[in-house]
This record gives sequence, C-alpha cells and structure tokens, in this order.
Amino acid sequence: MPASTTTEQTWTQDQPIVSIKDVRKSFGTFEVLKGVSMDIMKGEVICIIGPSGSGKSTLIRCINALNDIQAGSITIEGQEVHDADLDKLALRKKVGMVFQQYNLFPHKTALENVMMAPLKVLKQPKEEVEKRARTLIKKVRLEGKENSYPGELSGGQQQRVAIARSLAMDPDVMLFDEVTAALDPETVKEVLLTIKELAADGMTCILVTHEMAFAREVADQIYFTDKGVIVEHGAPDVFFENASDPRTKEFLGQIL
Amino acid sequence: MAHSFNQRTDLPVILEPKFKAPDALGFSRWLVGMPPWALPAVAVLMMLWPIAGHAQAVYSAEKIIDIMLKWLPLLLTKGFLMNVVISFFTMLFGTIAGLFLGLGRVSENGAVRSISWLTVQLFRNSPWLVLLFIVMLTLPFEIRIGGTYIPVPDWMKAVFGLSLPVMANIAEIVRGAIQSVPSAQWEAAQSLAFSRRQIMWQIILPQCFKRMIPPWMNWYAIMTMATPLVSLLGVTELVTLSRQAMEAEGNNPSLLMPFFGFALLIFFIYCYPIARFTLRLESKFALKG
Repeated sequence: MPASTTTEQTWTQDQPIVSIKDVRKSFGTFEVLKGVSMDIMKGEVICIIGPSGSGKSTLIRCINALNDIQAGSITIEGQEVHDADLDKLALRKKVGMVFQQYNLFPHKTALENVMMAPLKVLKQPKEEVEKRARTLIKKVRLEGKENSYPGELSGGQQQRVAIARSLAMDPDVMLFDEVTAALDPETVKEVLLTIKELAADGMTCILVTHEMAFAREVADQIYFTDKGVIVEHGAPDVFFENASDPRTKEFLGQIL
Repeated sequence: MAHSFNQRTDLPVILEPKFKAPDALGFSRWLVGMPPWALPAVAVLMMLWPIAGHAQAVYSAEKIIDIMLKWLPLLLTKGFLMNVVISFFTMLFGTIAGLFLGLGRVSENGAVRSISWLTVQLFRNSPWLVLLFIVMLTLPFEIRIGGTYIPVPDWMKAVFGLSLPVMANIAEIVRGAIQSVPSAQWEAAQSLAFSRRQIMWQIILPQCFKRMIPPWMNWYAIMTMATPLVSLLGVTELVTLSRQAMEAEGNNPSLLMPFFGFALLIFFIYCYPIARFTLRLESKFALKG
C-alpha cells in the first residue's frame, strides 16, 4: 500500500470526533460562514441555534460534504472531509443526516426505505438487514407501519422513518437539519422523543433546531450563530441563564 | 347601499398570464377527442367517390366488395402486420437508445452533455423521410460478421431510420422525467452514501418510470401512424401492398377510396385504444402522483 495516509491520522476517542476549524463558505459573493470553529466529542449532543440565514444549515451540510467549503477544515475521526482525494462515500457511511422535509424515497415502503442503503451500499445480507430494519422501526415506535408508503404516513411518522433509515447505516455521527420545522406541533413531540432516546444511547448528535426547550434539555453544548459566525457557546444552563453577548440576549428575548 | 358584483367596470384587472406547457400527449388527446361522426363521414366519402369518377370506369359496389374481400387477408397479414412489426422494433430500439441519450443529457461530463444535446436536436428536428432515405441508402444490404454475411432486410433498415427521431424524443421524455424529481431526493441518497450511478438507477429512474409511460405511449402511436412512410422506400407494408393490389385490379380510380380508406380505418382501430389507454393512465398517475 502506498503511503497515502496524510489525512488518515490515527484518531483516538479522547480527540474530537468532529472538528471544525475556521470554516469559510460562500455562495457566489455572499459569505455564509465567516470562520466557524467547533469541536465535538464522541457522544456529545450539540444544538446549533440562531436566526434564519445565519448559516446553521449550511454548516451541518458542510459536515457531510453536501456543500463544499472555501477555506478551513472539517475532520471526522481525524479524516479531512473536504480533501479532494477523500472517498466521499466512505465518509458518508459514518455520518447520518436527517432533513427538514424527510426526503423519504416515495416509491419504497417504510421498511424498504430503511433497508435500501445497507443492502445496496454496504451490500449486507438481506436477512440480517431486514432484522435490523424491523428493530429500528420498532425503536422509532412505528411497528405495524413497515409496509406503508411514505405518502400514507404523517409528517412525524415519515420523519421517524427517515431517522431509522439513517441509523440503519450504523453511523458514528448524526446530523439533524431542522427536523421538526415542517411538522405539526402535535407530531413534533414524538420526533423529539426519538432523538432524545438516541442521545441517551450515546449517539453523537449535531442538531440545528428552533426547539429551545428541547435544546436546553438534551444538549451538552449550545452554539449560537449569527451572520456566519459563532457568537457564543456554552452548556445549556449557562447559555440560557447567563448569555453574555447582546446579540444572543436579543435572540433569546425574542424567542423565549 | 346594495352592491352588485356583476356590474362591469372599466377598472384595469391584472389577469394571471395564461401559460400552457407544451402538451406531451397532444396526439393521443386529438385521437381520443375525434367526434363520433368522423368515421361515418369517411365512410360516406368512400361511397361517394366512385360516383365522381367517369361513368364507364366505375365498378359496381358488388365488384368493389369482391375485390376488397379478396385482398383483405393479404393486406392484413402481409401488410398491416408488417407495420406493427416495424413499430415494435422501432420502439424497442428507440427506447433503449433514447434512455441512454436522455441520461447523457444530464451527465456530469460536459462533453457527453453537449454531444447528447446535439444528437437530440438533430434527430428531433429533421424530417423523418429524409432520415429514412439516408439510412436506407447508406446502410449496407448485408453485414459481415466473422466469415458469414448476414442480410439486412429493407424493413430492418426502415426500423433503424424510424428509430432515430423516436430515440431523440424518448431522450427528451427521460430527461424531463429525471429533472422533475426534486433535488432533495439526490441529497437524501447522497447522505446515505449511494453513488451517483446507484442514485440514478435505483432511486431516481424508478420514481419517474410511471410518469414516462403516457408520453412514451403517445410517441408509439405517432410513430405507428408514420410507418407507411416506408412504403416510399419500397418496404412491403399496408400501403405498399394496397397500391400493388390496386395495380393488379387495373388501377381503377373507384378503388382508391376503398383501399386507402381501409388503411385509414385499420390505423385508427389500432391507435385509438392506445390513445384511450394513454389518457387513462395519465389521469390515474396524476391522481396518485
């Protein structure tokens, strides 16, 4: 094997699982991220909050390379995400993502949605995948909905299938991009409960959310972004009680 | 004060601009929308035709019916059946080539995209008859594979000629269908580590398969109606045989309408149910999404 291991440094669990350093990202001439840094340890739950247009979603889309970056670095388990030589598929096997609009595959049933990636991408045996998929569907409390098509499920149910679908790839990090923003208030709760259980199981989670009460309850760290920079961050109690920056205070004042 | 909403005013009203997207099923709609009197009208014309001819040249109705019955089996089995065979093979080749050409139109590779675009434009906008002539005259009458010569029959060459415009039009159907799938589907699949090829074949194409069927069938009907073009090139099919039959019966003008009217009728009987079915599928898929 040639020594192409420049980016493949040995990563140990006491180092950040996701490390973002001075990331800059522009769409055309508009700079969305103006030097963002954060370190996330394994098992941590991070909530990113902030006004719309502050670059929250762009940031987490950069983490699994759905968006590229212009400067800085993002590493996952020591691997540089935006390395041109990196196998993006290998990276994405480690990082699961759940979207605001669920984006389930409409021509497949709930069970098939969950099974598809492990079967086709990881090429795992069907019996094993199906067994795991059924367990996951049970875990997100959708037993009995295995053979329903996405069009037959409510928004909250679809979103939980989407979470199960991501989990089926057995990722090390989960990204949640405003996953409750498109839901009815009564179904928000069931999705948040699923995420909370996931966090309790020790999954590393990065969430962009507008659910402040939920963020406060579940997060280890809260990051507040505004206009492409991280204004401040801290543990939830400190953050919500003693925010120091006037921009944070103003935002919290509007929302709480 | 009572207010009438029906009163005319001279206030300017901004109307929503009426934009109608090009109709992918225009032909089927036209065929299905044909008024019920259309066929009887054609039949009456066919009856009247002999009267318009010269008196001494006119065959009696019995004689015409005799002649028609005599030729009918041949016209169907050696004639129209050939049109159906040509249409099947044309659709087969045109669909396979059109699928890949359509994928080329959305390729990541700029050169592939440009070449596909040019190919589509060229074959979509060329007269079918010109394409047919080019193919008929340039394709060899036999192909040598190894040491054996395989003859290429005329009707096969006609199939290749007709496949070209069908291919280009199917390619546009495929491209349109692929682009109609929301980009969020691509992102969701990407985040699950699917490769581009896997996303295309396992996630995007299966989703647009249903929406491609009605316009695809519409093109089948259009192309089937165009198969008599190949009679100009001497390929044996319904119209070629009709002309030969009339010649054998003395080229009497009173045979023109019965023979060509019969050809018209056969094509109508074949294509009308297809058009009905196309529109049924379309409305079914429109409801279910």
